[in-house]
This record gives sequence, structure tokens and C-alpha cells, in this order.
Amino acid sequence: MAITAKSVSFIHLQHNKPHSLFRLHSRSFVPFSLKSSFSPPMAISVASSTLGLSETFTKLKREGKVALIPYITAGDPDLSTTAAALKVLDSCGSDIIELGVPYSDPLADGPVIQAAATRSLARGTNFDSILKMLNEVVPELSCPIALFTYYNPILKRGVEEFMITVKEVGIHGLVVPDVPLEETEILRREASKHKIELVLLTTPTTPRERMKAIVEVTEGFLYLVSSIGVTGARSSVSAKVQSLLQEIKAESSKPVAVGFGISKPEHVKQVAGWGADGVIVGSAMVKILADAKSPEEGLKELAEFTKSLKSALL
Amino acid sequence: MAFSLTTPAPGTTATATATATVSSSSSSLFLNPYPSQLSLRLNKFGSLSPKSFSVSCVLAKQSTGQMELGKSAVIQDGLSVLQRPDSLGRFGKYGGKYVPETLMFALSELESAFKALATDDEFQKELAGILKDYVGRESPLYFAERLTEHYKRDNGEGPEIYLKREDLNHTGAHKINNAVAQALLAKKLGKKRIIAETGAGQHGVATATVCARFGLECIIYMGAQDMERQALNVFRMKLLGAEVRPVHSGTATLKDATSEAIRDWVTNVETTHYILGSVAGPHPYPMMVRDFHAVIGKETRKQAMEKWGGKPDVLVACVGGGSNAMGLFHEFVEDTEVRMIGVEAAGFGIESGKHAATLTKGEVGVLHGAMSYLLQDDDGQIIEPHSISAGLDYPGVGPEHSFLKDLGRAEYYSITDEEALEAFKRLSRLEGIIPALETSHALAYLEKLCPTLPNGTKVVLNCSGRGDKDVHTAIKHLQV
Repeated sequence: MAITAKSVSFIHLQHNKPHSLFRLHSRSFVPFSLKSSFSPPMAISVASSTLGLSETFTKLKREGKVALIPYITAGDPDLSTTAAALKVLDSCGSDIIELGVPYSDPLADGPVIQAAATRSLARGTNFDSILKMLNEVVPELSCPIALFTYYNPILKRGVEEFMITVKEVGIHGLVVPDVPLEETEILRREASKHKIELVLLTTPTTPRERMKAIVEVTEGFLYLVSSIGVTGARSSVSAKVQSLLQEIKAESSKPVAVGFGISKPEHVKQVAGWGADGVIVGSAMVKILADAKSPEEGLKELAEFTKSLKSALL
Repeated sequence: MAFSLTTPAPGTTATATATATVSSSSSSLFLNPYPSQLSLRLNKFGSLSPKSFSVSCVLAKQSTGQMELGKSAVIQDGLSVLQRPDSLGRFGKYGGKYVPETLMFALSELESAFKALATDDEFQKELAGILKDYVGRESPLYFAERLTEHYKRDNGEGPEIYLKREDLNHTGAHKINNAVAQALLAKKLGKKRIIAETGAGQHGVATATVCARFGLECIIYMGAQDMERQALNVFRMKLLGAEVRPVHSGTATLKDATSEAIRDWVTNVETTHYILGSVAGPHPYPMMVRDFHAVIGKETRKQAMEKWGGKPDVLVACVGGGSNAMGLFHEFVEDTEVRMIGVEAAGFGIESGKHAATLTKGEVGVLHGAMSYLLQDDDGQIIEPHSISAGLDYPGVGPEHSFLKDLGRAEYYSITDEEALEAFKRLSRLEGIIPALETSHALAYLEKLCPTLPNGTKVVLNCSGRGDKDVHTAIKHLQV
């Protein structure tokens, strides 16, 4: 399956080459967005190389599988390691990858991801360099990528411009942790215009009625935050997740992925057993890359860890 | 008593009538520092006649304790009737609730509690009592005779400078107005754990103080760099029984302390109330903190009427997040003949890139839950601000200030570290009042403002805090 997808994307890569090169050498993405809007077949060809988020869940459901969704922070320790890590995650059984865009004030993140973002920014990672990396790597991946980014970098670029740009590099989904339902209107409009799936979050403090409204409009999947708090590994998964999953499933057939605090194969197994359609593992992945003696060591450990999570889902 | 806030016609007799009634009902100012729904309706229907005004006065007086959230604003010629904020917590496009979903329930709960307590006589009575006997309100409106003399021109003409003495409040700054009210609110919510962020330490001290007073657990987040700059306040907070948690992340200043406090709240939201210290953050904070500080402007109106039988002509206040300025301005937003001037920190100079002049130099974005002007780079990353004053050293600003700036209702200028230090010394020498370095920015702007003002202009400057805490910083810069 993965091989087929890759060969397809390879063809598209060839096809896109002159276009991509031109873009990479351009400082500003504006002329490109304009250009690409005049040549929709190009943009679509990149995006169609892999399945989208909801399509991925549909396929997995058919196969009776639960999605493994790892998260890493772009640019920690550097973007070439991130590029390699994306390939490692892809080849070790990830179904969707969440890529964090480093931000100066990540309110929803715990110490591990905060520190990764700070290091990444200190190294000079910026949004253009992340796009450049993605532009090269995404065609080689078989699973879709969702960007995890705070709102201000999106606003600064312009919401529409942002959607056009990320679509061009083959991004399928978007998670914006500091934009709750009430404030999603513009994001949703622009995302849907450009075929980006905007994933919304629900939490243990979200009242049931509100959760219903969120699940109604979320795209790709519903992101269930497993515990009250910021991102970061926890020793166990709250049993409340099981009842939350039941509540959500009673309201909607949309896929639900559980994240925040999931860090071990046991957690993954447990959450899958409770009926989750996907599990998101973030800080534990980020920590492996951060603590490794060298990027190579980190990638090797990342591969082992991803495989251990994957086998817990088999 | 709330009616005068919504008096839409500048300089009409309606205003004067309403104002006079304010002064006669001063005791209830604390009970209801909020305009009523009634006056909102009057405005909407454009009823400007003195007669309908006096009707609203009577009704408003009877409904002591009644509060509405988001008053109407008649801006300029009465053309635009705007609610501030609207039901989504927006001031125009600014404000809102840009927070992780986990906090949304707590914010709704807080808003409901705020609404409910506004009409809760017992709560209002308790708050009024504490503001009077514990905080020491009302604070004087002091005529600064020698400062006024300093700004007299050769022909003996010049403006008259009055200081609203918030520095005389318990704990030495305006911050306690909000802290005491929010602590009472937390008690009513049944939350026994309090968290707060602090920059200069004034809000931290105020929060630690009220937590001691009400027997609440208190954790203060403070940037590690600020802890060094404000060692005296760190000791005060600890003495008052608070735990001060140093924040090392990011730039180790107020913005990072705020982020860390929000993360704590996300984690402990079920047991914890976050006493946000400025008119910033997600809705309802900008509105709630403004309303808890609105007492500053209300007293000023009454005191001005008593002292010179009119309103102030110009209001001046420093702006970091903007709580003391909003507290003074709010009362006068609809009195369009009253100039409102906010003074930001220009640090080493606006062109140096090392400043905290958000409204002067910032761009619109989202930080700490609200849309407002921010200091940010081309990638939307928040830029490290700089000011000698820890309380102004913040890359954002309250959303209502952004709104007032765009409307042109308030003016915003900036003052450098050096100018602020001179003003710090000047007020100490001329009036025997050592102002906070934050306040010194507002004072420094008088140098530019006063020569432009006609003789007898009544200037009210919010003396938002005392400078004892800053002596340690000033020693490094000032020769005395």
C-alpha cells in the first residue's frame, strides 16, 4: 500500500519540479500563491498523492485498525533531522503525522514541547524554512501531515495566504490549539476553501452540548484531549477518557483521536481498547529527539519507539 | 448613578445634571460601578433630552447593585453606538477568547459569576466595605501645586496638574482594586487556590495580600529576570505567604509569567482561579478587570466636580497592559470633550527596537487569549519587549486600548527609560511623592503635553503606584 502511494507521489514530484524549484528560490510566497491559483491542477496533484485525514480514518476503519499519530516539533534539533524524522515516522507505521510549528508562546504545551520550540526558534527556524523542508519531504511520504500551529503565525501571514501556502506543500490538516469553536469561523471558511481539514479539540472540561457542537464541525477527526492540562507525558491515562469516548461516539460517527499525555505502548493499547480511532503521541517523541546524543541516535530511537507503539495497536 | 457614563451629548446640561447626581450618591459608587441596561437603551433610542435623563437617573439609583456587562459607547458625534465588549467579548475586532478549549468552560463560568455577583447586594456590600476600610479608598485627587508651577509659562499661564493618588492604596498601587474583587469572586466560585502573574510585582503583592486576607492559597508566577529587578516585591509576596514561582522560559519576563500562569490554569482549572492583573487576556478578563478598576474614574469625576465644578480636560495614564489607564478612562469614554492619553514605554527609544510601545509600533495579532496590538516579528513570533519599568515590559496591550486607538478616542504616546527616570526624580523633588517607574512614564509625558495646553486646563494624571519598589533600579541610573 505504502509503496503504491509513494510511487504515485514520485510521479507527481517529477511533474512538479520546475514549479517547486521556482518557489523555493523565491523569498516571498505571494506571487506563487497567485500563480498556483491560476493552475489548480498543480496544487491538486500534490494533495492527491496521499489520502486526507478523514479518508485515512475511513480506510483504517475498513481494515479494523486504529491510527497512530505521532507529533514532532519542526526544527528541533534542526530541519534536516525533522525531514529525516518524518520519513522514519512514515516508514515505521504512522498513519498521520502531526508537525508542530515552533511558537514563542505555546500556551497549550508543557515543558518538553515548549523547550523544543524555543530551541528550534533559537536555531533560526522560521515558517518559510519549514515550508521549504516540507516541499521536499512531503512527496516522499505516504501518510498525510497535519500542522499543529498557534494562531498568531497564521494571522501574521494572513489566513487565506496561509491555507494556500500549506496546501501547496501538501499539508492535509490543521490543528490550532488556541482557537476554540467560537473563534474558528474565518479559519474554517478558508480551510475548507483550500481543502485543508481543520481539526477541533474537545476536552474533559467541555460540557456535552458544547462537545456536540464541536464534533459537528470538526474535520478530519475529533481531537480528544485526554486530561485537563497542557501537553506532556503522564504516568497513566485518565479513566475518564473511556466515558468521554462513549459520549462522543453516542453523538457522532466521526473518528476520534486521543492525545495529550499518551506516551507508552500500554497507553496506546488501553486507549485503542476503549474505542478510540486514533492515538496521538507527542512529548514522548519530541523528548527522544531532544535527549539523543546525536540526531542519528535520535532517529534510531524514534524508529524503535514508533514501532513499539505500532505493535501495541496490532 | 451609572447614567452619566452614557451621557451622549458632550457639554450639555444633561451631563451636568447627571454628574451632580453622581456626586450626591457617591456612597453607592462602589456598590455599582457599572452602567445599567436602562441607560444603554436610552442611548440606543437616541434620547438625549435632560428630561429623559433625569428619569434614567432616578431609576438607576433605585436599582443599586444592578449591573450590565458591556456598556454602550457613543463615540464622536453619537454616530456609532457600540457595546463594549459585545457578547463574544469583542471590542470591535479586538478581544475575544483565544485559549485552549480546556479553559472555555471556566471562562463561561467566570463570566456568569461576574454577572451574578454584580446584582448580588451582599457581595457588593462586602466589596465596598473592603475597598473602604482595607484598601483605603477613596484615593485623593491631589492638586500638584509645585508641579503645576513647574509647567507655568513665562507669562504665568499653564495647565493645572492633579494626581489621582492610587499610590496611596494599600500595597501602593491601583492593582489591589482588581485583586480584592477577584479574590472575593473566587471565594464565591468556591475556588481556594489562586494563581497570578506579575511583572513589577505590584499585582503579585496585591494578590498575595488579598489571599492572606481571605485565607486562600496563593501562587505567583514571575519572570526570573523580573524577580531580580524587583527583589523587594518578591520578599513582600513571600512574607505574605505566597509561593513565588520563577519562570525561566522565553525571555523570563511578564509575558512568560503570563503564559505559565495560563498553563497552570489549564492544568488546575477545576480548583483554581486565575487573578489576571491587567485588562488583557481572554474575555471576560478585559471587561472584568476594567470594571473593577472603574472606581478610579468614578471617584475622579466626583472629586473633579467637588474641586472645580466640572470634568477633567485631559486624562493621562501609563499603559503596559493598560489597567490603570482603563480604570481612569472608562468613566469618561463617552465624554468626548475629555482627552484621554495613554503613555507607553519607549525603552531605549522607539527606533532602537528595544521598547514596549505596543500601540505605537505593534501590529494586530493574538497573544494570551485576546486579539490586540502586539510586538511581533515577520513570522508572527512575539518579540521581547524592553522597558526599565517591569510593569510596562509587556509585548501586548489590553484589547480595549487597541479599540480606542483605532477609533481615535484615546491618544497613545511613548516615553523612554531616560525620560521616565527624570520624571521619577522630578516628582520626588517637586511634590515629595516618589512615583513608580511605570507612573513616571505618564509624568514624563507632561513635559511634552503641558506646553501645548491652554491656561487653566485641568489635567488628571493617574498616579498609579508608588516608587519605593523601584529605588533599587533607580540607584543604578540616577545621580542624586
